[in-house]
Amino acid sequence: MHDWPCATPDAPLGPASNARHRPRHSRLLRGLVVCAAVVVASCRQVGVLDPQGPIAAQELLLLINSTAIMLVVVVPVVLATLAFAWWYRSSNLRASRSSDESYEGRLEFVLWSIPALIVILLGGVIWIGSHQLDPRAPIPANANPLRVDVVALDWKWLFIYPDQGIATVNQLVVPAGTPVKFRLTSATVMNSFFIPQLGSQIYTMGGMTTHLNLLADKPGEYPGFSANFSGDGFAEMRFIAKAVSAGDFNAWVTQVRAAGSALDDAGYAALAKPSIAVPPGTYRSVEPNMFERVIDQTVSGSEKAGAGAAWCPPVQQAGG
Amino acid sequence: MLGRLTWAAIPLDQPLPLYAMGVVVLGILAVLAIVTVKGWWPYLWREWLTSVDHKRIGVMYFALGLVMLLRGYSDAIMMRSQQAIAVGDAQGYLPPDHYDQIFSAHGTIMIFFVAMPLVIGLMNFAVPLQLGVRDVAFPVLNSVSFWLTASGALLINVSLVIGSFARTGWMGYPPLSELAFSPDEGVDYYLWSLQISGIGTLLTGVNFVTTILKLRAPGMTYFRMPVFCWTALAANLLIVAAFPILTATFVMLLLDRYLGMHFFTNNAGGNQMMYVNLFWAWGHPEVYILILPVFGVFSEVVATFSGKGLFSYRSMVLATLGICILSFMVWLHHFFTMGAGADVNAFFGIMSSIIAVPTGVKVFNWLFTMFRGRIVFKTPMLFAIGFIITFVIGGLTGVLLAVPPVDFVLHNSVFLVAHFHNVIIGGVVFGVLAGYNYWFPKAFGFTLDERFGKASFWCWLIGFYLAFMPLYVLGLHGMTRRLQHISDPSWQPLLLVAELGAVVIFLGILCQAAQLYVSIRTREQRLDLTGDPWNGRTLEWSTSSPPPAYNFAVLPRVETIDAFWEIKRRGLTPVEPVYEPIEMPRNSPTGFIIAFFAVVTGFALIWFIWWIVILGLLAAAVTVLVSGWSDTREHEISATELARLEQARLGLGRPA
Repeated sequence: MHDWPCATPDAPLGPASNARHRPRHSRLLRGLVVCAAVVVASCRQVGVLDPQGPIAAQELLLLINSTAIMLVVVVPVVLATLAFAWWYRSSNLRASRSSDESYEGRLEFVLWSIPALIVILLGGVIWIGSHQLDPRAPIPANANPLRVDVVALDWKWLFIYPDQGIATVNQLVVPAGTPVKFRLTSATVMNSFFIPQLGSQIYTMGGMTTHLNLLADKPGEYPGFSANFSGDGFAEMRFIAKAVSAGDFNAWVTQVRAAGSALDDAGYAALAKPSIAVPPGTYRSVEPNMFERVIDQTVSGSEKAGAGAAWCPPVQQAGG
Repeated sequence: MLGRLTWAAIPLDQPLPLYAMGVVVLGILAVLAIVTVKGWWPYLWREWLTSVDHKRIGVMYFALGLVMLLRGYSDAIMMRSQQAIAVGDAQGYLPPDHYDQIFSAHGTIMIFFVAMPLVIGLMNFAVPLQLGVRDVAFPVLNSVSFWLTASGALLINVSLVIGSFARTGWMGYPPLSELAFSPDEGVDYYLWSLQISGIGTLLTGVNFVTTILKLRAPGMTYFRMPVFCWTALAANLLIVAAFPILTATFVMLLLDRYLGMHFFTNNAGGNQMMYVNLFWAWGHPEVYILILPVFGVFSEVVATFSGKGLFSYRSMVLATLGICILSFMVWLHHFFTMGAGADVNAFFGIMSSIIAVPTGVKVFNWLFTMFRGRIVFKTPMLFAIGFIITFVIGGLTGVLLAVPPVDFVLHNSVFLVAHFHNVIIGGVVFGVLAGYNYWFPKAFGFTLDERFGKASFWCWLIGFYLAFMPLYVLGLHGMTRRLQHISDPSWQPLLLVAELGAVVIFLGILCQAAQLYVSIRTREQRLDLTGDPWNGRTLEWSTSSPPPAYNFAVLPRVETIDAFWEIKRRGLTPVEPVYEPIEMPRNSPTGFIIAFFAVVTGFALIWFIWWIVILGLLAAAVTVLVSGWSDTREHEISATELARLEQARLGLGRPA
């Protein structure tokens, strides 16, 4: 079982856990402390609520705006429901009643209009938002985008840097402030590639390529994972997306190139075998067009019983 | 001889499944023993198992749903417990292999064998009574439908004892559900149970569409039908249109698995996203198959307990039909993250949010029905008010998820899990429980206990909020669904709250059971002698509680909506009825026998026991043919016999 460093080490639970160690306090106090801890824990700025790039920030803004637009109707409806239920209770002698007016044309028109207006407003938000935040759309920036090819395996992530000629497993290092242009596929079942603090997730599917553009504003470590159930090792299919300064990134690339093994066909076949909670690792070099070859092999491979074993035999032949 | 079935299929080496299996098997044996010792078999066979009476079938559907609710709940509490304790270094008590089966079974069972039977049970019981007719269009077919649903439920539970269930999630997405990644029998259990029950559901759809379109009391035009009948019509039209898609999709997956075809495989030209599209082309209408009838229940309940006609019947019908059509145009919102273009995503996002318009109108209609009403807080009304408040919150988060860029960060998270439980518990479950409390006196002739009913409502309401509000928050924190192990320890407090919520929901279920028990024990004091305990508005309240097998000795004449209310309002005195001979369907064992062979065939298909498959299919076919050629399906009740029955019934039931 591999343990990940937590991305938010300063969980504001300190006082609560201190209080728990004091020998003398009432059960009530303990209950209050637990409640407070829960409330504090739920208000923490993490995950989707703590965007670290423009895509995630815009998506959070959309989330908040859409919620606000709908609350305009939802809050009055909830309050009116409670108020009507209370005021028109059968025991209330002061309430005025009417037994059978069940239709009123003008009111009916208004009642259709209210949700319709809200939805027209939201429709605009949806149309504009979908186009602005299309995962394929390149992110405007001064720096040239970094290309990263992503392959979902059972149950780990392979990141190929085609321009740098290196590859990593369960560890994504990118320069902060530089757009990252992902191409993604799966050599196995469907997964979804997701780094909540950077924004949009996207499916990885066997034999198909999806595209995603993300950007990290500043250096930091952001947890990523698969967001689509993919089998027994799914819960541990996690990685850290590490954004570093441009200089550090180049230094890291040099360092990776200097050590470790090369990702050739045999190495890939070994990697593709199902494994759970794989520690991060790097490859000093990678065969050219690895991403395209993975797709070709997924499409043409013979699927036999047993995950991941699917296309080992053809690869070994090709490599030998 | 026995295909791939060996002793290894029984998990003798795993303690947990073994306990579960032991409890289930002992429970079933105990029930069978009691029935045998008490000598209830002839009664059960005659009055229930072979009954084609829509009321009896409705009750059996409902009972099936309640029993399966216990199974689905067991899965839920196991999942919640695993997630609450398997945090950080702890691995919990369920290995992935077992945990994955549990969440797959939970979803499958709750949708297909809890929500569907409960909703169809209510429709079966109430629709013919509300239409003022004596039965559905095809009573024997109705029995076949029920027994096929029960067969599917049985088959899925067999996987507890023999072999294992799917580990793919309840949607069974390929290629994970393909042979290459799920070589064992789990997915086959999933597919064949749903194929068998799916046929039953499709037949129900055909039956009810025909009944509502062709069988109505004299004078009941479409725009005089109770709203529940309208919503039932819409739901059954959706069943007829949507379930064949599911059946065909599963056939393709079965061909992949059994005959090595490549519809959805990674290789050889298969396309997994085709399955995902087709699955949701059924799956989204399915959501409305469940929720529309429940909207109808709430319409009846809110109007009845506000002592007022439903506000704007016309809008309600229009909104129902609008939802019915729109529900087929939104399926892609289940996978915005597939990588479709911005135009496609925006189109489906907008279509999805448009559904909020008719739904919003419905909410306003209930609200204005309460306005200036005389509200009586019986249990069904409490569920209705709890529903309106809970459902608008679920609607809000639903529309939120319909905004594609928002979905990009919330898709597959526990925020999504919270959303659909918000609408399914807050909508379907609350509605079904409202309907249960509302129509129970009609079905059995005595009312349910109010104290336990209200207690169960509060437990369900509070339990729901405790269990799922934390999941909304965790979803925003970036927690994805279906995790067997939680890596971030800071999520644990909220997961513990969710666990507590699940426990509170269990208290609600216990109150339900206590309510039933207490009500049966004290039924003499709670008899409903009038047939109209709530001052109802629709025709089911015009007959006695429980109604006679033929529902109405003389079919009522309908001149307005809320026909029974109108009769009461005008103070029409019952004239001496003119009895005419009526024709009633005879009991038929066809449904039970077909279901028996369906279970045998399904089991044999799962385990590759081909000779049993052939025999089972032949036997089922012969049963259908024999039943089809029999010409003694009806019996006549003569006018004098009817007069005698009515006199006996009314003389006893209703003091003059």
